[in-house]
Amino acid sequence: MMPNASVPRESLLDVEGLSILIKDKRGDVRAVEDVSFSVAAGETLALVGESGAGKSLTALALMRLLPKTLAVEAKRITLAGKDLTSPSELDIRKVRGSIMAMIFQDPLSALNPVLTVERQLVEAIRLHETISRSDARARALELLDMVRIPAAAARLGEYPHRLSGGMRQRVMIAMALAGRPRLILADEPTTALDVTISGQILELLKELQRDLGLGMLFITHDLHVVRSVAHRVAVMYSGRVVESGTVADVFERPRHPYTEGLIQARPHGSFVTDGHRLREIAGTVPVPSARPPGCAFEPRCGRAEADCRQIVPPLVLEPGTARSLACFHPLQQEQYA
Amino acid sequence: MTALNRHLLHYLGWRLLQSLVVITIVVIGSFMLLHLVPGDMVDVLGGQRGDMDAELMATLRARYGLDQPMLVQLFHYVTGVLQGDLGYSFRNSNTVLSLVLQRLPATILLVVCSVAVAVFIGTLAGVFAARHVHRPIDVIISMVVLIFYATPVFMTGLGLVIIFSVKLKLLPVGGLITPGVDMTTLQLIGDVARHMILPVLSLSLFYIAIYARLARASMLQVLNQDYIRTAYAKGLGTSHVIIGHALRNALLPVVTMVGLQIAELFGGAVLTETIFSLPGVGRLAYDSVFERDYPLILGVLLVCSFVIILVNLIIDLIYTLLDPRVEVSR
Repeated sequence: MMPNASVPRESLLDVEGLSILIKDKRGDVRAVEDVSFSVAAGETLALVGESGAGKSLTALALMRLLPKTLAVEAKRITLAGKDLTSPSELDIRKVRGSIMAMIFQDPLSALNPVLTVERQLVEAIRLHETISRSDARARALELLDMVRIPAAAARLGEYPHRLSGGMRQRVMIAMALAGRPRLILADEPTTALDVTISGQILELLKELQRDLGLGMLFITHDLHVVRSVAHRVAVMYSGRVVESGTVADVFERPRHPYTEGLIQARPHGSFVTDGHRLREIAGTVPVPSARPPGCAFEPRCGRAEADCRQIVPPLVLEPGTARSLACFHPLQQEQYA
Repeated sequence: MTALNRHLLHYLGWRLLQSLVVITIVVIGSFMLLHLVPGDMVDVLGGQRGDMDAELMATLRARYGLDQPMLVQLFHYVTGVLQGDLGYSFRNSNTVLSLVLQRLPATILLVVCSVAVAVFIGTLAGVFAARHVHRPIDVIISMVVLIFYATPVFMTGLGLVIIFSVKLKLLPVGGLITPGVDMTTLQLIGDVARHMILPVLSLSLFYIAIYARLARASMLQVLNQDYIRTAYAKGLGTSHVIIGHALRNALLPVVTMVGLQIAELFGGAVLTETIFSLPGVGRLAYDSVFERDYPLILGVLLVCSFVIILVNLIIDLIYTLLDPRVEVSR
């Protein structure tokens, strides 16, 4: 089932003109350029794109957890009414874990191997609430129940390596929820898990998101996952958002040639089938330091014309729709009607 | 918990068995090795007295059992060791065991203090350098530490004596206790501590370098781990992340290194004890070699290997406490 597309648009996170610079002596390179999006409370926005498109960097930039060699520039970032455009170390620390929490890709490496589940959970709980150790322990149990870990009390004393992959990711999710955040940044939370477990984790995230009314920024390269969890989707290509809108709109009537290419490259593509062979997009993603002067997708695009080679198409809201598009020669929706 | 205790007992039993094998090999190996060296105690005695004839030497050899075939001597030695008799040192007119045990406390004090100082200061310097990686303070720490590393222990020792004892007259030149003074227990502890400062410093400076480099590298590696990012993502501050999440992981290689270097430290103790005329096992071994006092050399080797095996067992147990991924099993 697809999530209901009509959700209230009370904006929780607003990002405008976010760029991420790789600082280099020979000149800075923009890994992410002029990205804008917003996430409402109770809404899941999926960021999709190939590896290296800048999805994970975008999430880490919001948390200010990028390595020191990368710099963040933004016109405006607001989260739950707080201005986070250029926050101080203390400001961002107050936000991390309490308003905005992050779930990482590989739960084994993201959990501290030498500390028990209890230590790591209780630490997260007590960081944001002044409560006693025993109350924190009770809350930790409650959180483990919430992420449906069976025999939660016994699990508290375990070290991460004793848990299964799915269990570890549930602990990660419990830890993210410890500070009662309003926005969850999920960075490919199911990529490191096997298929059945990944399905369970997706269901859990969907449920928690709905029940707790969380906003969620869900990063993935898996279009099936997008369809199952997200209300809206933003497609990234080479550091920019090229198309965004509701999942139904974008997936059923893609207008950017890259989005169309991605959908056609899916296995069991249910929209357009071309015999049994998967259709790949010819060519490769340009590296950030050697992007073409115009549209980054132009060298791989069948619809490119002279203007695409010179000017970067801006992301523009299509009049009368909820869709934004960065293309001079988009596909017409009628083709897929 | 009981299951864990049973596991632990099982593990300890297994390790003791392994240790017995190692000690047996040490006893037999060093016994044979020493007998490959030409000349024995009687030769040294004869050389010193200068007037010993062949008949007297033969009598002495017969008396001390030195005329027996090597395997017979080995058999006598091993049976003695099994009964807790490490032999008799004729040169010192005392049993080997009591000689070694008299000297052991000073050496253990020296080695333990040196390891503690080296690990503590080394780790502190390494973590500090890692926090300020590639900045001037990191480079300065690396350089200072390299100088200590490159300076031989005897030179550091002599240098320290010249500065602190001869010129500044702050600390004693050598020995373990000020002789001929009546002291209360507290004064005695203070006196020994004053005597130990320079030996411990000269022995540990070299090892500080090793631990500083190791802790720095290990800390840098740990700080790049995903779980450090997770800790920051929770909202923790830097010092909390370093102490609560990074340090324990970064200490693992340091603990391993301590285990590996304990034997080397006993070797280093010989030099330090000689320079500071400390009554330790190192000096005892050094003297016994020149006196061809075989039972004593063997005794020192045996007791030292025993101590080293014991320390390694303790280190392994500490390691399993620090890193839950290492589970005790056979």
